[in-house]
Amino acid sequence: MILQVQNVTKRFGGLQALSDVTFDLPEGQILGLIGPNGAGKTTLFNVINGVYAPNAGRVIFRGEDITGKPSYEVSRRGMARAHQVVRPLHELTVRENVMVGACFGREGLHLAAAARKADAALAQVGLADRADQPSGNLNVAQKKRLELARALAAHPYLLLLDEVLAGLNPSEIASMMETIRAIRDEGFTILMIEHVMQAVMSISDRILVLDYGVLIASGSPEEVVNNPQVIEAYLGDPEMTARLMAE
Amino acid sequence: MWEQLAASLTDGLLLGFVYGLAAMGLTLIWGVMSVINLAHGPVIALGMFGTYLCFTHLGLNPYLAVVLVAVLGLPLGFFIYGVAVHRVINAPHLSSLLATFAVNMIIIGVGTAVFSTSPQNIDFSMGTLEAGPLTVPGTRLVAAFGAVLFTAGLYLFLYFSRPGKAIRAVANNRRAAELMGIPSSLVLALSFGLGTMIAAAAGGLIATFFPFTILSGGTYELKSFVICVLGGLGHPLGALLGGLILGGLEGLVPTFMPVSWVPVVEFGLFVLVLLVKPSGLMGAK
Amino acid sequence: MQAWRRLGFWLPVAVMFVWGLLVLVMHHDTVRETAFTLFMFIALASSLNILLGYTGYVSFGHIVFFGLGGYFGFYLLSQHNWPLLPSALAGGVISALIAGLLGMAILRLRGAYFALATIGINEAARAFADNFSPFGGATGMFIQFSAYEPYGGPGPALWASFIYLWIITLAVILVSYLVKHSRFGLGLLAIREDEDAAMVMGVKAPRAKTIAFMLSAVGPGMIGTLYFFKNGNVEPGDAFQLHMSIEMLVMVMLGGMGTVLGPLLGAVTYVGLRGYLLTTPIFQNLHLAVAGLILLLIILFVPAGAVGWVRSRVPWLRRALE
Repeated sequence: MILQVQNVTKRFGGLQALSDVTFDLPEGQILGLIGPNGAGKTTLFNVINGVYAPNAGRVIFRGEDITGKPSYEVSRRGMARAHQVVRPLHELTVRENVMVGACFGREGLHLAAAARKADAALAQVGLADRADQPSGNLNVAQKKRLELARALAAHPYLLLLDEVLAGLNPSEIASMMETIRAIRDEGFTILMIEHVMQAVMSISDRILVLDYGVLIASGSPEEVVNNPQVIEAYLGDPEMTARLMAE
Repeated sequence: MWEQLAASLTDGLLLGFVYGLAAMGLTLIWGVMSVINLAHGPVIALGMFGTYLCFTHLGLNPYLAVVLVAVLGLPLGFFIYGVAVHRVINAPHLSSLLATFAVNMIIIGVGTAVFSTSPQNIDFSMGTLEAGPLTVPGTRLVAAFGAVLFTAGLYLFLYFSRPGKAIRAVANNRRAAELMGIPSSLVLALSFGLGTMIAAAAGGLIATFFPFTILSGGTYELKSFVICVLGGLGHPLGALLGGLILGGLEGLVPTFMPVSWVPVVEFGLFVLVLLVKPSGLMGAK
Repeated sequence: MQAWRRLGFWLPVAVMFVWGLLVLVMHHDTVRETAFTLFMFIALASSLNILLGYTGYVSFGHIVFFGLGGYFGFYLLSQHNWPLLPSALAGGVISALIAGLLGMAILRLRGAYFALATIGINEAARAFADNFSPFGGATGMFIQFSAYEPYGGPGPALWASFIYLWIITLAVILVSYLVKHSRFGLGLLAIREDEDAAMVMGVKAPRAKTIAFMLSAVGPGMIGTLYFFKNGNVEPGDAFQLHMSIEMLVMVMLGGMGTVLGPLLGAVTYVGLRGYLLTTPIFQNLHLAVAGLILLLIILFVPAGAVGWVRSRVPWLRRALE
């Protein structure tokens, strides 16, 4: 198992954001994490990669207990993340942005090697021609690709992708999916939060469903789609239900 | 010993009300727009000179002059906000810090040219009040009372008037307030005006019992920083409490150690509170 | 690309080198005094830039390191008869150590809270120096005339202090460049842009910020010692001037934050402008107000500073103007 999340609980004041969440992620798989808005998906990511310390429970990454370690320690152990809200370092060029990932990720490369790695990662996500532009100039789809390239350049064992498809149009989604499949085929393990159901169902080996901080279902995409609890969780959100049922 | 202690504490606490009022101007502006107004000191100094000029040239009663100065402070605040702050309100902190500091330089520069830096004082006495072992100068008592009045006025305005409620809404969440139709630019300008008004009034009150120069505002600006942090940046009523703590310290510390150690204690406490409890001694968050 | 980068480095270094040489060749006291002030501010602004420009932390009380380092160096110099160079180095080391300790505490604060804390520390340090009798309390410390003897009298001693300042200024510019073009510097830039995102990418922000804070304190500590040696005395009012602290910020802002050349340009422009305003009859009385007005106009309309403005307008100069 590359990642084991055991009985993780996180509270913010009186709000129970995560209750007793437990799951395993074997190496080489794509695990999809879905759930209605506010279900605690991003909070779960934040606990896994050390932005928040959980109130209870443990996070074990490649056999090592990383619970409560600061996020930079987690990053150096080989976990990288692409954010839902894109956070490019505006004043830096696209290449420099990706170099940050390469320099401070698992391999901790030096500048020259990081620049080569950055160019490779940019080619992989299709941003090579933008390398010298300030990252503030990119459009949303390109910024999403930049987030992905930055995470890739860290050469992590595990990639956390937080809604990398959100805000993209259908053709952009299709090409991003291609990219993610290619990344998986290179041997990266991926944990992804996604709202675009069709995409996440077709790409994931397994799906986890989170609702009000509770893990209500897990299994193959087919099992999850037919789980009555999952359908009920989405009933509060008719649009999501429709999309789910369309599968 | 105890009598002396009581006397210094009374002295300090009375001053503390006025310090608290000065800091309230700073903390109000911070609370609403997250701007540290580095023109705060010069505005206090302008309040001092405004009161002084009304007293010497117009022959006004100093307390009437303070009220007049406060009224004039409001448009001055609008003006400073419009010229220097509005454009940088969403820029990084450094921009608003330097913009308000530029205003500081302009006021001090012009003020020095007009008033020179020689000390002035308002030659005015309210007699003294004696209660047992305590002897309190009337001017300080009235100033403390005035500070409480201004505070009460501000409180009533913020909590019971429409513009006051709009200020609190914007302070709480500017974007949400805008979505609800509150014109945030106007509210920000009004808050800056109020903050300036309060600072000027505090300056006027201080001028009734301490000599001052155009540079004196700097001292009170630094004191205001300390007070705001003690009371919790952004909480007007906390500022009054912070003022009383600072005033109390200034009264008590000299009975235990040389008076020159007072600033060491003050700023040491300031840094400590920032580190341990940046939300202020009363802060809940 | 590499050639441009080298130009971005060689330009400021060559300017500083030739300038210092010219002052030595001309051997004129007034020229030296002017250059001393300019070099001092160039080095102070460049030091501050490592924290402000690269890391994005606004230190309003940065002059505290000039004051504390200068006080300590001057103490060794005047009370223990240390020679100038070791005293200055010790002043720099002490500054850095104090910055390291303070940094571990206050660099947790962000934005305006950090700025406020630095103001508080500067005032606390000033008040402390006022009361600390080994440092002479409120009257400060003086140099005995004999301290100039090893240099052959007061005149040559002033020249020696200028030469040390020249070397330190060159070193500060070198460090500024090296930091910017290192892996460490890239981490600092990432912190400046988005500290939380930088940490998620693996930048050890608490450690990197503290090191940047220490680096930005070394230069001011050494220069403080030289400056007070040149003046012959040190006192709390001179050492911890909040006003000077803000002037440093203005210089960095004026020239362009986060560039190697910016602080140099900003310092020269600011000192030149101040000198002009002070010596021109119409502005003499209003020099502070005019300077304030210019500052305000720059913040409102050219917030990126001179170098930033040129960089955004003339793309091919981007690389040259590091």
